[in-house]
Amino acid sequence: MQNQTIAELGAGLRAGEFSSVELTQHFLQRIERLDGELNSLVTVTAEAALAAAEAADRQLETGESSPLMGIPIIQKDIFCTRGVKTSCGSRMLDNFISPYDATVTQRLLQAGAVSLGKANMDEFAMGSSNETSYYGPVKNPWDTSRVPGGSSGGSAAAVAARLAVAATGTDTGGSIRQPAALCGITGLKPTYGRVSRFGMIAFASSLDQAGPMTHSAEDAALLLQTMAGFDEKDSTSANEPVPDYSEGLNDSLQGLRIGLPKEYFGEGLDPAVAASIESAIDVYRELGAEVKEISLPNSGLAVPTYYVVAPAECSSNLSRFDGVRFGYRCDNPRDLEDLYKRSRGEGFGPEVKRRIMIGTYALSAGYYDAYYLKAQKTRHLISDDFKQAFAEVDVIMGPTAPTTAFGLGEKVDDPVTMYLNDIYTIATNLAGLPGMSLPVEPANGLPVGLQIIGDYFAEAKLLNVAHRFQQETDWHKLTPEGFA
Amino acid sequence: MSLDRSDVEKIAHLARMEMDESQIDAYAKDLSNILGLVEALEAADTDHVEPMAHPLHMAQRLRPDRVSEGDHREENQAIAPNVEAGLYLVPKVIE
Repeated sequence: MQNQTIAELGAGLRAGEFSSVELTQHFLQRIERLDGELNSLVTVTAEAALAAAEAADRQLETGESSPLMGIPIIQKDIFCTRGVKTSCGSRMLDNFISPYDATVTQRLLQAGAVSLGKANMDEFAMGSSNETSYYGPVKNPWDTSRVPGGSSGGSAAAVAARLAVAATGTDTGGSIRQPAALCGITGLKPTYGRVSRFGMIAFASSLDQAGPMTHSAEDAALLLQTMAGFDEKDSTSANEPVPDYSEGLNDSLQGLRIGLPKEYFGEGLDPAVAASIESAIDVYRELGAEVKEISLPNSGLAVPTYYVVAPAECSSNLSRFDGVRFGYRCDNPRDLEDLYKRSRGEGFGPEVKRRIMIGTYALSAGYYDAYYLKAQKTRHLISDDFKQAFAEVDVIMGPTAPTTAFGLGEKVDDPVTMYLNDIYTIATNLAGLPGMSLPVEPANGLPVGLQIIGDYFAEAKLLNVAHRFQQETDWHKLTPEGFA
Repeated sequence: MSLDRSDVEKIAHLARMEMDESQIDAYAKDLSNILGLVEALEAADTDHVEPMAHPLHMAQRLRPDRVSEGDHREENQAIAPNVEAGLYLVPKVIE
């Protein structure tokens, strides 16, 4: 049951082969049996899930229902869920019971998806290994001595371990795609503004975007269909029509123009990962695609640009956590300043503090032009690289991450080394483009992700390109031992 | 750019975050390394480049100024650290 797609499970539900309550119980039992070791969930909402499943079963009997009706999913703990703890992986929000639903939460609930619980994540989505969580690291189901990637590490591990059919994630610099790659699942970061950010706890507002994490492109299309769309509650939501993401999945790739940026295949890329990517590109050649080398000459500026822009926005966004209206408050504050300083000092973990301080510094008097303004300009250069590339090619492909999953504790003490995990994913966020990761041939016995980057609002094209690959290969069906 | 202890203390004050004394040197080292990474931007020629404020160059959308939400005071204050008579309590600010 746990290895079936959303479409397969939906067909089973509609044919009355099993009920949503049975399906939900099946996954809740798997969580109970298997998640102790993985730590992929912060909160399990068993009672609410079973109630939602009962409601879905009643709806299914009427014969009218959405494709997600009765399907068990997991929400990243960055999405506000009414009446449920929404921690964002932080001590700061360990006591935060959200009084409202995020738009993403609400849309999925309305479509009848059954939320099993909230996924562990790097604190405030700041991290690439899920080791900065207040609730402890998540383990990679392929090798529990290794990280699942981050920041949506709990979502990725849970889907890879078949603890849910699908999960939501968010991606500010690679946080959907990199854990999807390291855990061997399919993840999609949509175009900036495609999915509402309302009720999604903000990290860097000009970069954050939510998306689906699933076993296949076909499932991702179904989830994105429900998640995407204009929302008047999000002032940066794009008022663009939402196409039917499933309709074109099988379109031919004959003549598809694929660009391989030479900068994504250089120094730092594990040769075993490179070989897996090359063999995936060969599959596309066989499907009739034309492959050519391209250049994104400002790629080297992406990580430095990001580590000005993202911390600057984070220092501003996280100023709301002041110990006054919600969240953590220190004991016995002497005065208001002491209340702010100790609540924030005790409520935030080290990586969040580092980023708040970098952002505070970059925005402080006398430094604004040298850091923030400069980074906004280099961001333009990075964005222009893609504009030129998409004049020549339909999609860009390369590795999602430079290596396979690394060991727990291996990089956590060296922030700069950790940041370089996102060397291939960050530019996409800076440009606001959609990007995807899908599993290809494993290397070193661990999953490898192929990244596909598309032009603005080309999610349907990305899903089509990914789906055709998954029709030719079975890499996305591999299951970690012990979790089959 | 290298930061020392006093820089870290100053930035932490601006960010209103208390720092553990014993951790300040470690932060100074990490923050200096991150700023070292960022220094690569200096070499980029941006003389004729406009700053990019929005990935899709969209203008900020405005909305009519009307009430769209009901009264949620009780729900919102139910999760507050300290409230009394509908007010959020903080330490005395004015003597």
